[in-house]
Amino acid sequence: MVQTIAERRRSLGAGIAALLAVALFVGTAVATLLLWDGDQSASRLFSAYTWRILQFTLWQATLSTLLSVLFAIPVALSLTRRPEFPGRVWIVRLMALPMGLPALVGALGLVGIWGRQGIVNGGLAAIGLEQPVSIYGLTGILLAHTFFNIPLAVRLLLAALERQPAEYWLLSAGLGMRPLSVFRFVEWPALRRVIPGVAGLIFMLCATSFTLVLVLGGGPAATTLEVAIYQALRFDFDPPRAIALAFLQIALTGAIIGLIALLPAATDTVRAAGRKIRRFDGQTANTRLWDAAIVAAAVFFIAAPLASVLAAGLRADLVKLVTGSLFLRAAATSLSIAIAAGMIAVSASLAIVSARQAIAALPARSRPMRLLSTSLAGTSSLVLLVPPVVLGTGWFLVLRPFGDVGLFAPYLVALINALMALPFVMRVLEPALDEHTRQISRLAASLGMTGWPKWRLVDLPVLLRPMLTALSFAMALSLGDLGAVALFGSSDLITLPWLVYSTLSSYRTNDADGLALILGFVCLALTILGTAGDKENENA
Amino acid sequence: MHDGIVLDQVELTLGTAGFLFDCGIESGAITAIAGPSGAGKSTLLNLIAGFEQPRSGRLVIAGSEHTRRHPAERPISLVFQDHNLFAHLDIFTNVALGVSPSMRLTAADRANVDDALTRVGLGGFGRRMPGSLSGGERQRAAFARALVRRRPVLLLDEPFASLDPDLRVQMAKLLVDLHQETGNTVVIVTHDRDEIRRVADRVLVVEQGRIARHLRKAEFFDRTEPSAAGM
Repeated sequence: MVQTIAERRRSLGAGIAALLAVALFVGTAVATLLLWDGDQSASRLFSAYTWRILQFTLWQATLSTLLSVLFAIPVALSLTRRPEFPGRVWIVRLMALPMGLPALVGALGLVGIWGRQGIVNGGLAAIGLEQPVSIYGLTGILLAHTFFNIPLAVRLLLAALERQPAEYWLLSAGLGMRPLSVFRFVEWPALRRVIPGVAGLIFMLCATSFTLVLVLGGGPAATTLEVAIYQALRFDFDPPRAIALAFLQIALTGAIIGLIALLPAATDTVRAAGRKIRRFDGQTANTRLWDAAIVAAAVFFIAAPLASVLAAGLRADLVKLVTGSLFLRAAATSLSIAIAAGMIAVSASLAIVSARQAIAALPARSRPMRLLSTSLAGTSSLVLLVPPVVLGTGWFLVLRPFGDVGLFAPYLVALINALMALPFVMRVLEPALDEHTRQISRLAASLGMTGWPKWRLVDLPVLLRPMLTALSFAMALSLGDLGAVALFGSSDLITLPWLVYSTLSSYRTNDADGLALILGFVCLALTILGTAGDKENENA
Repeated sequence: MHDGIVLDQVELTLGTAGFLFDCGIESGAITAIAGPSGAGKSTLLNLIAGFEQPRSGRLVIAGSEHTRRHPAERPISLVFQDHNLFAHLDIFTNVALGVSPSMRLTAADRANVDDALTRVGLGGFGRRMPGSLSGGERQRAAFARALVRRRPVLLLDEPFASLDPDLRVQMAKLLVDLHQETGNTVVIVTHDRDEIRRVADRVLVVEQGRIARHLRKAEFFDRTEPSAAGM
């Protein structure tokens, strides 16, 4: 990349500003937690209570991860074995839906299928069994975590299998490999490389899962660290306990991130070029039957709760709901927070990426510059290290002396949401920006284009699409988030997820179903907008 | 009856492209398939290998009908341009899979694999991974696998296209040597005129999904117009 000194200075300045802002925001929260009444918190760190919660957090995350990966493997294998059948594209797209669905909405759908009045227990009762599936407690948490993570794992494993050169499948057919040999020599080696990364990612998501545990877990027997922090602050107002738990949480996520960093990353990108995959193995009636059964089971598992959200939501009086003043207020609040969070996340990402590019373009990189580049790259991971509830706890304690926390709450929620979205936004923008720079920097420099004209004529037309993609993705995340708002939600601050949650808590299930449908629909629409941009990543 | 390969009015449609092949490929000779890109060279090869199923017509290989047979049941070995080796398996395993696709090997099988590796100039390379080999060495390993499979027909789809010119000459020589030892029927898709000159006995020119000409090498090079060269 060719840059003028002014350009470089601007890029670096913006990047450093973004880095400092993030570090300050996260640092203030953590420092406050550290300094707050340290003795009392330390004594709480290793009580039987915290120990039990830590154990449960790890236990449910381990089980969720194992179940998700174990069930995803046969689904991915069956889908790879059948590269062409009518509706396959839609099944692969269905696997992308839970990722964009707010956890709260997913939980409601799961209750509709697996709950006391759900169709599974109804069916079991009809054949004479006494409702053996409970959606609450550990079973419910595992069901919900597998609902959200099996599709994720399927997509990642499927991509790994499809990244294999198409010749491999032709060769294994030509060599006359039986299914077991194909698994041993072709499928398993491809899976083995990505399974650690996939499992690490899912473990991280499950260990820090908040909403699902809040809604489906609960009770001291089925509480994770995140939910326990929330309960300590919100119900018991016991900051020392919240702080002790927050530190356990940071230590835990830190350890997991450290471990994941050692594993190869899993991506869902598929080679764009190359031969089309064609399979000549597994053509017997038995394998066909097996593949059909596996794929059908997966489709039911994922689609049924979604259908349940739709069906239950349509039974509610939607017109009355969306014209209600409470809904309108919540929608306006959610939208403002989502737009603010999305804009902040996109601007911060742009600043961070440009600064990294500016450093990469330096002819000689000094030690401080290299360090800066690494810090910039690590910024987005900082959010993963300090989960939203912990950030919220810290800032709750910072702001309390200054009056009603509720006044600051919308800004805090927007900032926390922006930070949560940062890793995802970076993943969209970084490759787009890198590619754009690679293509135009020499030409733009030779024409002497810099500053605003360059941005308007060269950068914006190309980058607008990825920026909007990232923005809608970040907005979907923020709109569906209950974690950040849970600590601050009140009659003064009502977002859509908070409205669904409080409606649900007051047992107005019918209204909650209707609101969940609307929320789910909006978030899915934004996510689909957000992923429509990367067609080349489509597994279709 | 022909004991090479016979395509008898073999018809196939892929998307909007129609193909009709009607030809015989001589047993024990090296036949090059030439022709412009997209004319159907690889499709012809895929039909013989069993990776495409004809809509109608008959395919006979070495005297028996194979029109509807699974690729593994055909008396054929394959070498592609790339990815002939499983990158996560060592060279020995890659070659030995040609003997037994479930890797149940006798001591004699192992000795055969080692011999084949030596024959193609890869003696002692058994424990190496494909990634540590050059492009030419990887293609040699693919030849070694074809050797241990002992199938009467060897199909090659532009096997040397990713190699540099010097290496192509070496590899072509190896191909001819192995062919003379085994007396197998070789069908090689290529768009390289020099390669045809080096290896082929006969040339099938494919144009627009049809066999345009079936010539002896000398006849092929007598025709000077560029379209016949398949460039």
